[in-house]
Amino acid sequence: MDPILIAVLVLLAVSLIFGALLGFASIKFKVEGNPIVEQIDSLLPQTQCGQCSYPGCRPYAEAIANGEAINKCPPGGESTIAALADLLDVEALPLDAEHGEEQIKSVAYIREDECIGCTKCIQACPVDAILGAAKQMHTVITSECTGCDLCVEPCPVDCIDMIPIETSLVTWTWAQPQPGVQLIATDRGRNLAIETQRHQHQLEDDRNNKGDAA
Amino acid sequence: MSRIWSFHGGIHPPENKRQSLQRPLERAPLPAQLILPLQQHIGAPATPLVEVGDKVLKGQAIAEPTGHVSVYLHAPTSGTVSAIDCYPVPHPSGMDGLCIVIEPDGQEQWIEHQGVDDFRSLEKAELATLIRHAGISGMGGAGFPTEIKLHLSDDHIVNTLIINGVECEPYITADDTLMRERAEDIIGGIEIAAHLIKPTHCLIGIEDNKPEAAMALTRAARNSELDIEVVVVPTKYPSGGEKQLIKLLTGVEVPFGRLPADIGIVVQNVSTMAAIYRAVHHGEPLISRITTLTGDALANPGNVEVLIGTPISELLAYAGADSQRLNRLVMGGPMMGYTLNDPQIPVIKTSNCIIAATAEEFPEAAPAQDCIRCGHCEQVCPVGLLPQQLHWFAKGKEFDKALSHNLMDCIECGACSYVCLSNIPLVQYYRFAKGEIRREQFDQRNAEQARIRFEARQQRLEREKQEKADKRKARAETASRAQTARKALTPADSQPATVDPQAQLKLLKTAAAVARTKLKKADKALVQAQTDGVDDLAELQAAIDGAKAKAEQSQQALEQAEQQNPAPPPTLAELKIAAATARTKVNKTEKALADAETKGVPSADKLRSSLEGLRAKADAAQLALEQAEANTAPPAAAEEMDIKQLKTAASIARTKLKKAQKTLQAAQEAGEDSASLQQQVDQLSQQSDTAQQAFAAAEAAQPKSTGPDLKALKSAAAIARTKIKKTEKALADAQQKGLASATALAAGLEKLKTKAQHAEQALADAKQLANTETVD
Amino acid sequence: MALLHISSPHAHKAGHAGNLMRQVIIAALPGLAALCYYFGWGPLINVLLASVLALLFEAAVIKLRRRPIGFYLGDYSAILTALLLALALPPYIPWWTTTIGIFFAIVIAKQLYGGLGQNPFNPAMIAYALLLISFPVEMTRWSAPFTLIDGTSGAALPSFGDALAIIFGQAQLPDAVTMATPLEVFKHKGAVTTEELWSQSALLNGLEPWQGISLAYLAGGIYLLIRKVYTWHIPGAMLFSLFMISGFFYGSDPSNYAPPLFHLTLGATMLGAFFIATDPVTAATSNKGKLIYGASIGILVYLIRNWGNYPDAIAFAILLMNLTAPFLDYYTRPRTYGHKQAQRGIGRK
Repeated sequence: MDPILIAVLVLLAVSLIFGALLGFASIKFKVEGNPIVEQIDSLLPQTQCGQCSYPGCRPYAEAIANGEAINKCPPGGESTIAALADLLDVEALPLDAEHGEEQIKSVAYIREDECIGCTKCIQACPVDAILGAAKQMHTVITSECTGCDLCVEPCPVDCIDMIPIETSLVTWTWAQPQPGVQLIATDRGRNLAIETQRHQHQLEDDRNNKGDAA
Repeated sequence: MSRIWSFHGGIHPPENKRQSLQRPLERAPLPAQLILPLQQHIGAPATPLVEVGDKVLKGQAIAEPTGHVSVYLHAPTSGTVSAIDCYPVPHPSGMDGLCIVIEPDGQEQWIEHQGVDDFRSLEKAELATLIRHAGISGMGGAGFPTEIKLHLSDDHIVNTLIINGVECEPYITADDTLMRERAEDIIGGIEIAAHLIKPTHCLIGIEDNKPEAAMALTRAARNSELDIEVVVVPTKYPSGGEKQLIKLLTGVEVPFGRLPADIGIVVQNVSTMAAIYRAVHHGEPLISRITTLTGDALANPGNVEVLIGTPISELLAYAGADSQRLNRLVMGGPMMGYTLNDPQIPVIKTSNCIIAATAEEFPEAAPAQDCIRCGHCEQVCPVGLLPQQLHWFAKGKEFDKALSHNLMDCIECGACSYVCLSNIPLVQYYRFAKGEIRREQFDQRNAEQARIRFEARQQRLEREKQEKADKRKARAETASRAQTARKALTPADSQPATVDPQAQLKLLKTAAAVARTKLKKADKALVQAQTDGVDDLAELQAAIDGAKAKAEQSQQALEQAEQQNPAPPPTLAELKIAAATARTKVNKTEKALADAETKGVPSADKLRSSLEGLRAKADAAQLALEQAEANTAPPAAAEEMDIKQLKTAASIARTKLKKAQKTLQAAQEAGEDSASLQQQVDQLSQQSDTAQQAFAAAEAAQPKSTGPDLKALKSAAAIARTKIKKTEKALADAQQKGLASATALAAGLEKLKTKAQHAEQALADAKQLANTETVD
Repeated sequence: MALLHISSPHAHKAGHAGNLMRQVIIAALPGLAALCYYFGWGPLINVLLASVLALLFEAAVIKLRRRPIGFYLGDYSAILTALLLALALPPYIPWWTTTIGIFFAIVIAKQLYGGLGQNPFNPAMIAYALLLISFPVEMTRWSAPFTLIDGTSGAALPSFGDALAIIFGQAQLPDAVTMATPLEVFKHKGAVTTEELWSQSALLNGLEPWQGISLAYLAGGIYLLIRKVYTWHIPGAMLFSLFMISGFFYGSDPSNYAPPLFHLTLGATMLGAFFIATDPVTAATSNKGKLIYGASIGILVYLIRNWGNYPDAIAFAILLMNLTAPFLDYYTRPRTYGHKQAQRGIGRK
């Protein structure tokens, strides 16, 4: 047979096989929709606080999917940035201080005797975690509060406090062990070394106090 | 003899059990105080049933379960409840927990109690309730409510009941002692448990280092109707772990994420069995347990029967602790126990051992070296994990990798840390990683919840908006229909005869404004052109002239129209808004001016002049507002004025005052000129006072129709109390810091106290009144 | 009463990473003694020189990394690396070769990766491979054992002074005292059959020195196994697979291939099996992984010895398997209690 014909036939066969493979793969491994936004959204803390300058977490997730920086979420902090960097395979940037700093998790608390029932905080709450009606006292459903502090600003009588969540016996966990050798001060940077020293002093003081008490 | 299987890994640490077995079981003396934590078990903390000051009898229930997974708590002796407050509790965190404190009266007076003669005649549920009411939770380790483990649903078929008498941890001999001394109790308890879950066979696992206990149990088991087999297993730590013991005795592994009950096995501790026996046959709830007191710092180590809630300091004194040598106080064994940082911590239902260790006994761990991957940890892991890999992942916070390496299967037995050549605190790394993972999962759940709520809210807002729009549309439609109808009626009169003068005025105003803006723009362009040196200046000039003329024209037209149609007197609200707007403008301009001045921008002059104008405008608006207010017959309005509104006003005034005071203080502290601020504060305080007075007056004027409102009074009293507390705190703070304000605070406190007294008095009166009313 | 507040466990087996290293060093001493017995002072001088250099380099790097020097030198890992490299070098190698090797082992192959526990490759073997490739002449100039030196011509192993002069000075090892290693002889036998080679070579009939040294290493290795410093898996698998593969080829064609015992007792087989392949830092961790790791080294050694460019292959075989250790670890994870199957790989659940 003509070698040219053989070459053509072989190429044809190969292209057919690969075409079939690709077709099979496209059906078998079909990707539904645009899950990247969902994935990003699921990593965000869902405080809906708007500190990223987007009106909620999902809009920010969409913006990230379109190339927005990943370091604009103060409530999520470094861990969220790390998770996003991991997901999107980009460099983990330090938190953009322009949008606020990472803070201790807290919940809103309404000083109820000062509340005048203006409903402004209810309208501000992105997750409907404030209960109340016009001219009735309002209160925060603590378990639903995301700590976004959007309700603090609108309150005309300043009766909303952000109370940091304290660790309880249930939420307490072990801390990470001190890095390796305790004697390496330089390993942890100067500031940390000083801090450790202070901590130790404090421990000693505590002990002394305890001793006095006993 | 049953076959014994084996599990991977395990270690053989020095047993150190001999020390505490020198003396027979003794009874610890009655302590001066019993501290009973409300959480001694897995699940929700119990809810107190008593109040401070209550007399309680021995065995009386003092706290009841909160929900299903929770446990009753009983008074270990008779006495008085002296406090219900937070005290240090046995917990690795060293934090405080809510406790009931009982001062024993020394009478040991039992509450009426009675055992069941024939427990086999009882219904299963009744028997389970009996155990629940005795407050029994697992006494070996975690403290899971026993009754839940024994009262399984009918679809659970249990074929093996395993009784854990392994006690594999070094030092601990509490179960050993119990098995030697009270083997009959244990067998009795097993009979009850077997009656509840109907297993096909019962196995008691005991390590071969406790031959006496095994003998005693075998002897006692002979008298039982049940076929109870005592299985002696080789000594190896951690044979006593639930899963390890199941593997040892049955060769079966509990699948990941499942419970032993799912594969037909129930494991119970020997002490728990003895407690069940006491509860069912004697009606005695769980109020005491056997605890091992050991460690080199004790002169007389041994096993004692202690009342739950006995502070450890009393036990240490009883066992002759040398406080000089005591370096580490451990509750539980040396492998899994946790340190206590306060000897006042009480013994709880799960406390099987207290080790008062010296520094030589448990030397402080040498500084951790680098992991050399020697693999010893893997050889000893009883669960078959790769501890060193997990250590790297925990250290690097790669929690998903740790998860995929089955970190959650780790039982934290400490075998890996025990053998680690580099002294790495492996278990702490795992605990840290587990905690972080749990927290992340918790956060994830919360975030999911928040997301759902947020989306629901968005939908609701959208819907409301839609509804509003629909309504508006509907209204507009009806209106237009009506209009067409009217049009049809009077077709001749289709031209609007008279233009609404107000609307025209508005139009004219807009026109004038547009003209002015155009003029400004043209001016700007001219200036630009001049500086740029462009030729067509003349053209621009002409354009400007044109614009000027137009602006003037429109202004004139506007003025004319205004004269013709004098605007209706503005309402109070409008005036208010105008005044507020003017003020805001002034503020903004002031800010801009300050900014400009600091930057040295030439436009500052312009800004200044416009600021003057704005100020004048604002003053005028304020004046107009005040006049209008004065004109709108205040007496009539005042009566109409809602008390609530007054309240709001007063509270707003207060807040403003507070804010102003704060700024004043800040200014004073910063050493700035604060005279004007002071003035402001004075003004505000006056305003606040007036508002307050108005409010008070209005309230007084309000006829007290139905007598004093009990609720209001209550809250008033509560507020007064809170205020007192706060002030007291502030006072203490001030005194500590030696501030001058302390005296003032003290005076304020006195006042507050009298107020609070008044409030309480009023409340009491009202209560009485209400009571009499209800009686009537 | 100051009470500590720390995580369990509170009891620890008295241990220290330095203990483990020290035991390995002690176990290698019989091998060193045997080397010195057969080859003179050279190996001892090499070991001492290498140890001093290793400590100096290690101290310098730790100083640069601003870490406590005493704490890190106390783990004996530098000395162990130096010892293993020196044992593998020819007895009278010039000092600068040793220096380059130790520098590369300690500074580049170990500390630059982050120090003890972080290095993916065995530092001693990295250095050995570097020297072998860069200085083939120095690295192949072995002296003869005293049993094979023709004493009638007046030739003898260098005295201590001569040894110092050869290692540190310009002096050369006299030609009469140099000799190829048995593996080299066998490698370059050409078309000659095994039987002919054996009848020709005096060296191959006097293998006793090398076998004696191997026995010394074997003894040290058994001591370490008894002391539970490591498990039997790696050396066992390595020796077994080497025995099997050499036995297979020898059985199929005895005239072309060396007998299994030849492979097991010559070259660095025993040193590699008990002292180098077992280095926990660079080996696989799980028992199954160790078996695969050891067996693969055995096979690679045989393949390279027979068909590679170099007469011995321990260094290359171990380095190649070092590469695969993390991979082996991921795929040979033990089955966790309560799980039906061992998990493989690192994939998310």
